[in-house]
Amino acid sequence: MKRIYLDHAATSPVHPEVFAAMKPYYESFFGNPSSIHQFGREARRGLDNSRDYIAKTIGASFDEIIFTSGGTEADNLAIMGYATAHKHEGNHLITTKVEHHGVLHAFEFLEKQGFEVTYLDVNEEGRIYSNSVAEALREDTILVSCMFGNNEVGTVQPIKEIGSLLSEHKAVFHTDAVQAFGMETINVKDLGVDFLAVSAHKLNGPKGIGFLYAKKGITFSPLFYGGEQERKRRAGTENVAGVVGLAKAVELSIKDLDNRRELYNKYRETMLQIFNHENISFKINGDETYYLPHILNVSFPGLSVESMLMNLDLEGVAVSSGSACTAGSIDPSHVLTAMFDDINRSHSAIRFSFGYGLTIEDIREAAERTVKVIKRLTK
Amino acid sequence: MSKTLNNKANTRVVVGMSGGVDSSVAAYLLKKEGYQVIGIFMKNWDDTDENGVCTATEDYNDVIRVSNQLDIPYYAVNFEKQYWDKVFTYFLEEYKAGRTPNPDVMCNKEIKFKAFLDHAMSLGADFVATGHYARVRRENGRVELLRGVDSNKDQTYFLNALSEEQLQHVLFPIGEIEKPRVREIAKEAELATATKKDSTGICFIGERNFKEFLSKFLPAQEGEMQTLDGQVKGKHDGLMYYTLGQRHGLGIGGAGEPWFVVDKNLEGNILYVGQGYHHPALYSDGLVAEKVNWINDPLSDDSFECTAKFRYRQGDQGVTVTKLSNNKVRVQFHEKQRAITPGQSVVFYNGDVCLGGGTIDEVLKD
Repeated sequence: MKRIYLDHAATSPVHPEVFAAMKPYYESFFGNPSSIHQFGREARRGLDNSRDYIAKTIGASFDEIIFTSGGTEADNLAIMGYATAHKHEGNHLITTKVEHHGVLHAFEFLEKQGFEVTYLDVNEEGRIYSNSVAEALREDTILVSCMFGNNEVGTVQPIKEIGSLLSEHKAVFHTDAVQAFGMETINVKDLGVDFLAVSAHKLNGPKGIGFLYAKKGITFSPLFYGGEQERKRRAGTENVAGVVGLAKAVELSIKDLDNRRELYNKYRETMLQIFNHENISFKINGDETYYLPHILNVSFPGLSVESMLMNLDLEGVAVSSGSACTAGSIDPSHVLTAMFDDINRSHSAIRFSFGYGLTIEDIREAAERTVKVIKRLTK
Repeated sequence: MSKTLNNKANTRVVVGMSGGVDSSVAAYLLKKEGYQVIGIFMKNWDDTDENGVCTATEDYNDVIRVSNQLDIPYYAVNFEKQYWDKVFTYFLEEYKAGRTPNPDVMCNKEIKFKAFLDHAMSLGADFVATGHYARVRRENGRVELLRGVDSNKDQTYFLNALSEEQLQHVLFPIGEIEKPRVREIAKEAELATATKKDSTGICFIGERNFKEFLSKFLPAQEGEMQTLDGQVKGKHDGLMYYTLGQRHGLGIGGAGEPWFVVDKNLEGNILYVGQGYHHPALYSDGLVAEKVNWINDPLSDDSFECTAKFRYRQGDQGVTVTKLSNNKVRVQFHEKQRAITPGQSVVFYNGDVCLGGGTIDEVLKD
C-alpha cells in the first residue's frame, strides 16, 4: 500500500536540492566559521552567502538575520528577548489566542514574570477582529505578536494592517511566519514588522535550523550566553550546513510560489469534491478568503479524531489533528476552542496539509481512503 | 466473524500496552508468532507529578520504545471519561455504602474489555490481547476463561465479570507461561521494559497514601471504635478507611493479642474491633452475592458444588452455590472463612475453568 503524507504542516521532507547543497558543508567545508584558517573561511563564506541571500529575499539587510535552532527559538528570542530588555518602558504585551505554543507559552512565562498580556480573540474563522489591536494598545504596550498564518487551520492574519497601525506606536511588532513562509510573499519593509520568525523544516529544509529577522536598531537580550556568534545575539557554533540548507529551501519556496498556491488550491478542491460526491458531511475550519492553501482543516461531525487518525494511519494516510497529542491527552486544540464553542466540531477536526512530492492522484487516493474510513466508522 | 487463528499474517491483534513488562512480552510473543500487531496505550486517569508532568507520559514512552523494538504501530487512546463514569463513580459509591470495592474488576469489564475492545474493533482488529495471567480455551464453539498457568499470578479473579461474547475476541499470550519466564523472555529480547518494576496498588492511586487520596473525594466522618460489647477503645477516622480483618492503623495498644477490625455499623458510624487474628466475629459460614455473572451459560442445576475465591491470592475454598432470584446466589462455605468483605468479588471455579463471579453483598453466620 502506498503511503501518502498529508502532514507537511507538521514537518516536510528535505528537498534533494537542499540535501545536495548541504552535503559539502558536512564533508569538505566543515570548518568553524569563527576560525582564522581556510577551513574556517570556507564555512564563513557559506554562512554569509546564505545570510545575504535570505536577507535580500525578504527585503532585509545582512545583519538583520539571526540564525536559530528553529521557529520556537526565533519566537522565544524575539518575545522574551525584547520584553525583558525593555521592561522599564512598559509592562503590557499583546498577542492572540491562536498562536503556536512557541509564542503562547513564551507569553505565559512573561506573565509569570509580572508582565500583563492581552490575548486577542478571533472570530469563528480564526481571524482577529479589525480594530482589536488598536483597542488593546495602551501607552505602556511594548510588544505586539501576531502570527502570519495559523498552523492548524491556515487562517492568515492582517499583518500589514497591524504593521501600519503600529508604525504610529512605540510597540514593536513580531510575527511568527513559520507556517506562512513559502506560501505568502513576505517583505518585512512592506509588512512593517520588526521581528519575523521562520523555520526551515516546514519548507523542505532540514530540522533544527531557522532564523529571526530583527530590524536594525532594535535591542533585545539573548537567550544563550557564550561566544560572539550572530553579533552576540545567539551564542554557539553555527549550524553551517543547516544554514546553507535553509537558504536553499528559502530559494526553492520563493521560486514557484504562485504555482504551488494554485496547485494546493486544486488539491483542496479535489478533496472537498470527493467528500461532497461521497455524501460525507463536513465543515471547513478556517477562513475561506484569507488562508494558506496548503492547510485544509475539516471537521467530520460525529466522528472522533482519535479513531480517525489511527484508522487513516493504518490505511497509510498521514494526517494530524489540531495539535500533536501525547499519551492520549484529549485537550481540545486551543486554536479551535478560540474559534468556536463546539466541542464536537473541534473533536472531529482533521488537518490535511500539502507539500512537496505529492501528486493529484495521491490526493484523490487519500480522499478516497478517508471516505472509506469515515463510512466504516459511521456504519 | 469466527476468524481462524491460523492465518496469522492476516489476523490483526490490538494489544493493550501499559508500559509494563507483561504487556510488552504479550506484544512480543504475538509479533513473533506472525500476527499483525498494533500496540495501544490506554490513558484512563489524569494525573500529574510534582513537576507537572503527566504520570502517564513515562509509561507511554515505554510503550513507544517497546513498540519500536517490535516494529509495530502504536497509539494512545483516552478513556478518562468512561473510566470516571463507569469505574471511579462505582468505586466511590461502594465506599459511601461502607463496602470495599474492586475497581480492577470493573475496569476489566467496562474499560479494557469494552471501551478498549470496541475501539480495537473500529481499527479492524480481529482480537485484542492484554498482559493478563489467564487463558482462553476455544473448543466446540465455546469460549472459556481458564486460570493462568502461573498459579501465583493467576488474574482470573479480576476477569470474573467478563462475558463469553467479550472473551471471543480476547487473547492472553502470557497466560501460558510463568512470571519468571516472562521476565526472562523480556531480557532475552532486550525489551526496554525487561527490568521495569511491576506496578502495585490500584492504578489511579498508585503508591500514594490511600487515606489521603480518598479524603479528597469523600467526606470522612470520625466516630467511635468499640468492642462488640460496647466498650469504647478510641476514635476512628471514618469507616471507609477500614477493611474487615485489618490490623494496622487502629492505634490501640495495651496488653494481650493485637486488635483487628471485626465489623462496621454504618448507621451508628461505629467501628467494631476485637482482639486476635482468629477473633470469632471475623468468621462466617456463607455469603450472598449479587450481580452474579456466569461467563458461559449458567449451570442448569439450582444448587451445585464448586470452589471459590473471596479475594485475590487465596487458595480455592470448597463451597455450595444456590441460585436465588434477582441474579443473586447464596454461597455456603464448607469451612468457616475469615474476613469475608462486602463489595469484594466472590469468584467461582470448576478446576481450571473460571465460571464467573459476583459481588459479596451479605455475610452469613450460622
